[in-house]
Amino acid sequence: MNSEEQENRLPRRRVLQWFAAVAAAEGLSIPTTLAQAPKPAAEGYGYDPVLNKTYERGEVWPLTFTEAEKKAAVALADVIFPADELGPAASEVRVADFIDEWVSAPYPRQQNDRKAIIPGLKKLDEECQKHFQKNFADASVEQKQAACDEMAKGNHFFNVFTSIAAGAYYSDPKCWRALGYVGNMPIGGSFPGPPEEVLKQAGVEQTVE
Amino acid sequence: MPTIPISKAQSEYDVVIVGSGAGGGQMAYTLTLAGLKCLMLEAGRSYDVVAETPMFQTGKDAPLGGSSTPDKNFGFYDATIDGGWQVPDEPYTQASDKAEEQFRWWRARMMGGRTNHWGRISLRNGPYDFKPYSRDGLGFDWPISYDDLEPYYTKVEKLIGVYGTNEGLENTPDSPKGVLQPPPKGRVGDLMIQKHGKKLGVPVVPIHRAVLTKPQDGKKLAPELHPDNPEAQKIVEESMSSRAACFWATDCGRGCSIRANYQSTTVHIPPADATGNLDIIANAHVREVIVGKDGKAKGVLFIDKTTGEEERVKGKAVVLAASSGETVRILLNSASGDGIANSSGLVGKYIMDTVGSDMLGQIPALENLPAHNDDGAGGCHFYSPWWLYKEQKAGKMDFARGYHIEISGTRSMPKGNSPVPTHVFKGLYGTRLKEAARRYYGSFIHVACRGEMIPNEGSFAELDSEVTDKWGIPVMKWHWEWSDHELNMAKHAQDTFGAIFEAAGGKGLINPNRKGKKAILRGGEVIHEVGGAIMGADSKKSVCNEWNQTWDIKNLLLCDASPFASNSDKNPTETIMALAWRAADRLIEQARKGDL
Repeated sequence: MNSEEQENRLPRRRVLQWFAAVAAAEGLSIPTTLAQAPKPAAEGYGYDPVLNKTYERGEVWPLTFTEAEKKAAVALADVIFPADELGPAASEVRVADFIDEWVSAPYPRQQNDRKAIIPGLKKLDEECQKHFQKNFADASVEQKQAACDEMAKGNHFFNVFTSIAAGAYYSDPKCWRALGYVGNMPIGGSFPGPPEEVLKQAGVEQTVE
Repeated sequence: MPTIPISKAQSEYDVVIVGSGAGGGQMAYTLTLAGLKCLMLEAGRSYDVVAETPMFQTGKDAPLGGSSTPDKNFGFYDATIDGGWQVPDEPYTQASDKAEEQFRWWRARMMGGRTNHWGRISLRNGPYDFKPYSRDGLGFDWPISYDDLEPYYTKVEKLIGVYGTNEGLENTPDSPKGVLQPPPKGRVGDLMIQKHGKKLGVPVVPIHRAVLTKPQDGKKLAPELHPDNPEAQKIVEESMSSRAACFWATDCGRGCSIRANYQSTTVHIPPADATGNLDIIANAHVREVIVGKDGKAKGVLFIDKTTGEEERVKGKAVVLAASSGETVRILLNSASGDGIANSSGLVGKYIMDTVGSDMLGQIPALENLPAHNDDGAGGCHFYSPWWLYKEQKAGKMDFARGYHIEISGTRSMPKGNSPVPTHVFKGLYGTRLKEAARRYYGSFIHVACRGEMIPNEGSFAELDSEVTDKWGIPVMKWHWEWSDHELNMAKHAQDTFGAIFEAAGGKGLINPNRKGKKAILRGGEVIHEVGGAIMGADSKKSVCNEWNQTWDIKNLLLCDASPFASNSDKNPTETIMALAWRAADRLIEQARKGDL
């Protein structure tokens, strides 16, 4: 039985056990976490950053993902936000770079998220190695989905990753359509208000002329 | 905004104005157009609203997608510069280590101050709001009535441009016909709350905000504002003509490069500057007011933050409009720390904020709506003015004053954070997760209570005897206390929000740790810090008279919110401006008599 067949016959209970281990990774003691994920020494952007310019990810503080972390993050973000009729894949809008910028930021909220993300990505690869003999990024679609099926049942790393990825994904104008955001467009004259079909569906009437 | 170095300052000005926000901006505007020579001191840097405002930038363009950080507390694109809950080099302290007894002090260090990022909600105090003590025996009456201030509310609204409607509701004044700009149409969330609030007797109407919904008619307005002053008319008409109407994109908190909304830097300072009567010194951190042997204010001592040197400027009158907390600090630090204008002992007392309590509701009828542009005027379109005056009067309520409800849009631009609460993603990934995001986006409505706090003995600020700022100046130490009136109000608001959401077929998402009375925001968090040098009719019981003049030093005026004797639920900014304009008119009259 080759490993591919083995994967496909994976009892769901065992997968659950593996990815429970990913969840537990966040509970690693602080020194271990830090040893695996050096704390970014960078400063924040301060109280008076230039606002009306385009920032590149990594411009304000260095990105800190290792190659392996980045590969795992790119692959995981693409399973959570795949290309489909609603919009592009996460990799097309560089969600992993956003997550890298996020966990590399010197602020408390982001540092806290880093404690979940860095060990979580490592554990994800370790579990995949153990059972698929591949890193997560190199696993088959079915294997990746099996992993996500389990993690989606309740896994702190997966929840944190999904939350940051959602912030990243929908912040890109290419993904606004997927959400239904159609603003940030100048309109001349008076504000048109919601269209008739919206009012009808919501069961309300316009009260301002 | 053009500024001068101290070396270019005149030897004496008619008026030295400390602060460049709503109060300082209004004073500079009114006084310079009348021909008085003014010097404005701003503690922060100069700011070019046209060149610096991030219009149309998206989350893609910003670090962390633009989400909030300790450096930019309201998100990357918020207009605030060198400010927030903490300001570098300028600490403040708390008398208590309990969160509910602390005051969070928002400051901005920039030209225009907090007006650059504020919500632009421009409500008039009503007649009751000037006489609260007479109505219910709590707090203090103002020495003026609504009728005294009404003409100035009208002037301010004409100048800054305010949209809204006249609804004829109790203690919610109408503006004279033709003054308000047309309100924008209701957004779907507004109309939902309006429809279902009605069932509960909660009126929901267009709010008043300082945003132009059509171009300003400078030709008509300038002569109305400045009769018998052709030069002022010309300058103001030109300034009004250079402002554009709102183009229904980009939130007002970023500031507005097309000058469609009011900020001191778009409406007050440009015409003041055009008179040639205004000098501005930036990075001027004021330590004290200089008082002469004759007991009159002679000028101001400040630290030039660019050199660290102490500098002095002279004025025939001095206006403090530095924010309530900062004005109190300057008064208490003056006379080498003995304090001035404080014969009543009330400087720093009776600081108030607004009762804040909010809730997010989820409405199934708003799920999966067709995509549509909900950006609107970059802030609230509708609100609910306080509606239970009669019940309060009849003694049926367990709190004495009112609150209004502010309703937010439902489909704002995603900026760094998940556009829907992440619990809707539970168990999902892939296309199903994206479908859930699409379904729920737009189905959440945020409502916020903004209510009156009654002044109390436990909410005040004093100088810290140990801690100083970078320049060795003693800092403010805060004391805070809510009374049952405020806590019961927060509970009432929570119950009301829950009931409205349920009436709309949805439900409120309540944080289990923050419900009922616990749902009140912390002191200072609504950033409506007022009081600290209240005005009154009796010099023993107040710091200022009805003309914003301190009782002890008549040529020292306080023109921010520090003279507020109460803090009605109406947002303070328009009242700050109306009071300042009135005080400025009085000052001009005195100057004409040679009696500055």
